[in-house]
Amino acid sequence: MSGFAALVARDLRLVWRRPGDVAVVLAFFVVATTLFPLGIGPEANVLARIAAGVLWCAALFAALLSLDRLFAADFEDGTLDLLLLAPWPLELAALAKCCAHWIVTGMPLAALAPILGVAFGLDPSVLLALSVTLLVGTPTLSLIGGLAAALTLGARKSGALLALLALPLCVPTLIFGAGAVEALATGGDFGAHLAVLAALALVALATMPWAIAAALRQAGE
Amino acid sequence: MADLHFLANPARYRRFSQRVVPSLSIATALMLAVGLYLALIQSPPDYQQGDTVRIMFVHVPSAWIAMAGYGLLAALGASLLVWRHPLAALMARAAAPVGAGFCAVCLLTGSLWGRPMWGAYWVWDARLTSMLLLFFLYLGHIALNRAYDEPERGDRAAAILVLIGVINLPIIKFSVDWWNTLHQPASVARLGGPSIHPSILLPLLWMVATLFLLFVLLVLLRTDTEIDRRRLENAEPQA
Amino acid sequence: MVTPLLEVADLACRRGGRRVFERLSFALGRGELLALVGRNGSGKTTLLRALALLVHPEAGTIGWQGVDVRAEPDAWRGRLAWLGHLEGLKADLTVAENLLAAERLRGAPQAEDRLDSALVAFDLSSLAARAVRTLSAGQRRRTALARVILAQAPLWLLDEPLNALDAPAQAAFRRALATHLASGGLAIAATHADLGLAGGRTLELGIPT
Repeated sequence: MSGFAALVARDLRLVWRRPGDVAVVLAFFVVATTLFPLGIGPEANVLARIAAGVLWCAALFAALLSLDRLFAADFEDGTLDLLLLAPWPLELAALAKCCAHWIVTGMPLAALAPILGVAFGLDPSVLLALSVTLLVGTPTLSLIGGLAAALTLGARKSGALLALLALPLCVPTLIFGAGAVEALATGGDFGAHLAVLAALALVALATMPWAIAAALRQAGE
Repeated sequence: MADLHFLANPARYRRFSQRVVPSLSIATALMLAVGLYLALIQSPPDYQQGDTVRIMFVHVPSAWIAMAGYGLLAALGASLLVWRHPLAALMARAAAPVGAGFCAVCLLTGSLWGRPMWGAYWVWDARLTSMLLLFFLYLGHIALNRAYDEPERGDRAAAILVLIGVINLPIIKFSVDWWNTLHQPASVARLGGPSIHPSILLPLLWMVATLFLLFVLLVLLRTDTEIDRRRLENAEPQA
Repeated sequence: MVTPLLEVADLACRRGGRRVFERLSFALGRGELLALVGRNGSGKTTLLRALALLVHPEAGTIGWQGVDVRAEPDAWRGRLAWLGHLEGLKADLTVAENLLAAERLRGAPQAEDRLDSALVAFDLSSLAARAVRTLSAGQRRRTALARVILAQAPLWLLDEPLNALDAPAQAAFRRALATHLASGGLAIAATHADLGLAGGRTLELGIPT
């Protein structure tokens, strides 16, 4: 476990040295969300109706945008070889990388979303729920995106390809994430949605580290 | 597909395909002729939908083949990753665009069928939406397969992707069904409903068998091409 | 003749559909150095990567003390110190942070007390707090070599260790390698230049068989 913690700590320290990289992702999230009222029109009831979906989609894009470099930086400077050569399971290393990614993108996105929700006229009681769904759902995005990032290492046009690979797999999380918020607003069963969202995260947790490790091994060959 | 070991060696596969392809081509052509007669002439028009119901004879088999094709990709992917069968990679490379093609046919015919049924070329019907996502999964597989300068890397990356995809496919299907019931009233008529009249069932099953043979034939032919392509790229002396 | 620790038998590897070497066999015992020589593309790097289990060999076995290393890959990785053609350093971390992070990734949390001697060996003490991004190519190579010493692993796998090193740094590398061998370590190095160490064996790759 010490290797796992060391890897998370190393990645967090790297982000700390270059906070701009995370700031750009969060700025993208804010700007992309702001475009929707400008494109659709400022009618309060329309905006409140689409807010959860828009914020979830924007969070998904923002998370994917930042995933491009998750393994590519390690691949380019040779530290990926050191991970492959570490005397503990590569699956744990994959999990550690995704975990660090979630801490620096998923958590800030979840914190930022309620503020943007206010601008969309979301009910205050819904704002916290929005944050909770993002907190439960974004780990899945980090794991799925981590796989796409590992699969596209060394590929041509890796950025767009990464999105093409990850987005269809992210659909269930999107449906239940945005659906949970909507359920709360329309008197549906928020708890059930959240439970499914958590189940999706557990499925990703149970499958993705192995797939990412396999992808990293074949990238190292 | 029970025993891929038998085909593991491309040269042996070549002999197999040379024996099978001619007779398979003839069989497919004959079955297609009979199938078109059954579907377009012999079977009665639907009392509600009229002749548009005949779209089903292409639409439904395409949907099944597209799904089975993705399953085949997953089996080939597993065989590549576990046993490192060289032929599995080539066959997956050959099969993915064919499966995507059937998926596209399914979406296209669904849309054409939807126009008279729903009054719109596209409604967010649960089955069609699931097929659309399956089509995206196919596209991702094809794009990843061809994204590397070293084809072997693309083969293995796509194999990992399709295995994760096949695990996620039921989850995606379930979510889309859930999403659909949540957002749409159930009054919308569904394509290829559960009650199928026997006079339609026989032509339908016949077309399923015919198009399945066509799928197999196309995959075999394209695998041949992929073997040639890989040999040329590697420029190795003929084994 | 020392009893061999590392035994490689009938190893064969493919790269991009092309076989780079086959039926490669050699053995290495305590304190022995093997220099891999050969033209570009003769498979030196591929052999090193195959030994580190980074590349899946087509055929053959790699044994350590008579046991196939694939049986316990994590234990085998723990016995390796790796220097690739990429340095494996994070540009935004300092020299000391890089070395300590690499050790922690190897599962060795207490490396601080060994750090100084590794830094001294490659004359890096004054650079310890500098970010790697500000270093020259030779200084980075020295940092990567310091990481190899710090690992305290019995088998060193080195890809072109002398690259970018000036004369004093090359001398420092020879001293470090000699110390490692004298203490019973093993080393395999792919190299174009003469490693300048007496008693090393040479394996030439790329000879048509």
